[in-house]
Amino acid sequence: MYKIVKKEILNPTVILMDIYAPAVARKAEPGQFIILRTDSEGERIPLTVADYNRETGTVTIIFQKVGATTEKLAHMEEGECLSDFVGPLGRATETDGVKKVAIVGGGVGCAIAYPVAKKFFSLGAEVHSIVGFRNKDLVILEEQFKAVSHKMKLVTDDGSYGEKGLVTDALKALVDSGEKYDLVVTIGPLIMMKFVSKLTLEYGIKTVASMNPIMIDGTGMCGGCRLTVGGKTRFACVDGPDFDAHQIDFDEAMARGSMYRDFERHAHEETCNLFKKEERGNG
Amino acid sequence: MANMSLKKNEMPHQAPDVRNKNFNEVALGYTEEQAVDEAKRCLSCKNMPCVGGCPVKIRIPEFIKKVAEGDFEEAYRIISESSALPAVCGRVCPQETQCEQKCVRGIKGEPVAIGRLERFVADRHNANKKAPTERPASNGHKVAVVGSGPSGLTCAGDLARLGYEVTVFEALHLAGGVLVYGIPEFRLPKSIVAEEIEGLKALGVKIETNTVIGKTLSVDELQGEMGFDAVFIGSGAGLPKFMNIPGENLKGVYSANEFLTRINLMKAYKKDSATPVQNAKRVAVVGGGNVAMDAARCAKRFGAEVYVVYRRGMEELPARREEVEHAIEEGIIFKTLTNPVSIGGDENKNVTSMTCVEMTLGEPDASGRRRPVVKEGSEFTLEVDSVIMALGTSPNPLIKSTTEGLDTQSWGGIIADENGKTTRDGVFAGGDAVTGAATVILAMGAGKTAAKAIDEYIRSKN
Repeated sequence: MYKIVKKEILNPTVILMDIYAPAVARKAEPGQFIILRTDSEGERIPLTVADYNRETGTVTIIFQKVGATTEKLAHMEEGECLSDFVGPLGRATETDGVKKVAIVGGGVGCAIAYPVAKKFFSLGAEVHSIVGFRNKDLVILEEQFKAVSHKMKLVTDDGSYGEKGLVTDALKALVDSGEKYDLVVTIGPLIMMKFVSKLTLEYGIKTVASMNPIMIDGTGMCGGCRLTVGGKTRFACVDGPDFDAHQIDFDEAMARGSMYRDFERHAHEETCNLFKKEERGNG
Repeated sequence: MANMSLKKNEMPHQAPDVRNKNFNEVALGYTEEQAVDEAKRCLSCKNMPCVGGCPVKIRIPEFIKKVAEGDFEEAYRIISESSALPAVCGRVCPQETQCEQKCVRGIKGEPVAIGRLERFVADRHNANKKAPTERPASNGHKVAVVGSGPSGLTCAGDLARLGYEVTVFEALHLAGGVLVYGIPEFRLPKSIVAEEIEGLKALGVKIETNTVIGKTLSVDELQGEMGFDAVFIGSGAGLPKFMNIPGENLKGVYSANEFLTRINLMKAYKKDSATPVQNAKRVAVVGGGNVAMDAARCAKRFGAEVYVVYRRGMEELPARREEVEHAIEEGIIFKTLTNPVSIGGDENKNVTSMTCVEMTLGEPDASGRRRPVVKEGSEFTLEVDSVIMALGTSPNPLIKSTTEGLDTQSWGGIIADENGKTTRDGVFAGGDAVTGAATVILAMGAGKTAAKAIDEYIRSKN
């Protein structure tokens, strides 16, 4: 069993938890992920490692309430235990030889982008962070990003906080102003990563995207997480989750990501109703 | 006086048109009377040809004699000296090509139903179990077993009986390997696997789930700071193959591994499961092995019309005869001498069809089987909304890529000698991780052989 030692609500739909999992904390690196189950009847869901502390043996996860399992997880409290927590899975983000990097995160993807930014920062690279959110209420990790970035741009779709615009606008402005990046790392919604990739292809900047597809085992067994990279089928769980963004077939990945959308929506609503009923019963 | 009936006692089954709508076990097992009657068909041949056909060398005539005498516990004791998982093997072993193939009674008539008797003995023992297994005294040596499938569990059980402190590391959240994620409930109820694993725990075997060797821990750490005297790798062949044809990444195309894992391990066969599986109306399963049969029969139980698409003929199907017969009885349609060339989809990238070509069988190839050749102009389209690829699996590269000095074949199988010894000192391997996808019983045989070799290895060092 894996204890929730800290829970923090970052915004109305995004939650941070520190989970006691020393074996995972000991090996975890930015870019890797874990798979958890809330209880013995639960589904297996992958979540990227948002941070880790080798001394306290904890791994930080940040998740958005989107389906039944994340809703259930969101209702768990400090002191409760997850039945399963396995990792670290996948390959760590490659950081070798990068002098200047732009980290482009969107929405809850910023939770994954943060440890990557932190790692580059600690290795002495010049880090420019571009983080985007739909609106002011959804902003997360602003202070944390500031602490590990030499330059930071925060944008919102509606302009309710930071600059109004998309992350691609901010990235384009920086590159046009003469910033020269060895690498762009992009983590967020597929549609955002697709357009970041399109932009950097035009500018000829090497770009890595972190993929988070549907998966079950996370060790290369099911093939559910497969995607096309450079015309070849790759498994995100063992070959990734980071891939050369310019080679990824984002349209296919988006279609595959929607495979169980109706089921998820239905299951999420059912879970929400269940919790509402419980709350009413207790009230 | 021996029972000279030429036919085996039939085992009761759920009727085909009932069972193809549920996930309960298909075969129901012998009654005591049936078992005793069947056991009396055994001639107790002195040279015991059946034992020669058993990968773990169960003393078959001896246990059958005990069944005939009604001493079922003694029969169990004899089996369990050789097999760690009798209730499993009685169900999933291909007896028709092993022990039963060698049975003298099979020369004229049907062989003794050895598999059904093994199953009867194990089930009866499990149902009437009283005293807990005695735990052997520790000999102070530790062995790590990687993977909790048939080879790992067998190796762990044999070593624990010799007094070793055995820890089994499993990547998934549940122990059992292919027995829990692959083989469906209706062929091997999960409660039976759980029972066998409880038996191993009673022997002192520790099981660490959620531990991926190669990620959470390395073989270096197991042999180093964690102090294991030897390591057995039974990590199986988990990497699914695809055909690399257009449309394979459309929504509704599964590897058999994914489809079966969703249904078995993640219990998608239960209505309230948290794990979804696509609700398809017409399903094509590509491949002709046991895994293809399992996938087809699962899809059928979800109410779909199911095709098995296989490039050779009915005679060449690599699946067990019994599985093929069950599948046919349950209404699965076989499209043999058929090979897919592409999968078609709609604007939302959902599968809508599979285009195939007809095949004929040409000259025998390197494997001795006649090579399928495409029939010119035979292209046709099968309307389906789901495709399941059951083309076989290969060993997972996770351990190889993180373990120095562990050599593998070009296709990924770990190189091991006949005793399971690998190229790295103190590391042994067996089962599908070495041979590529094979059977439960062969993996168990390899686990058994390796346990013996590990015991000798540790003794020689102390």
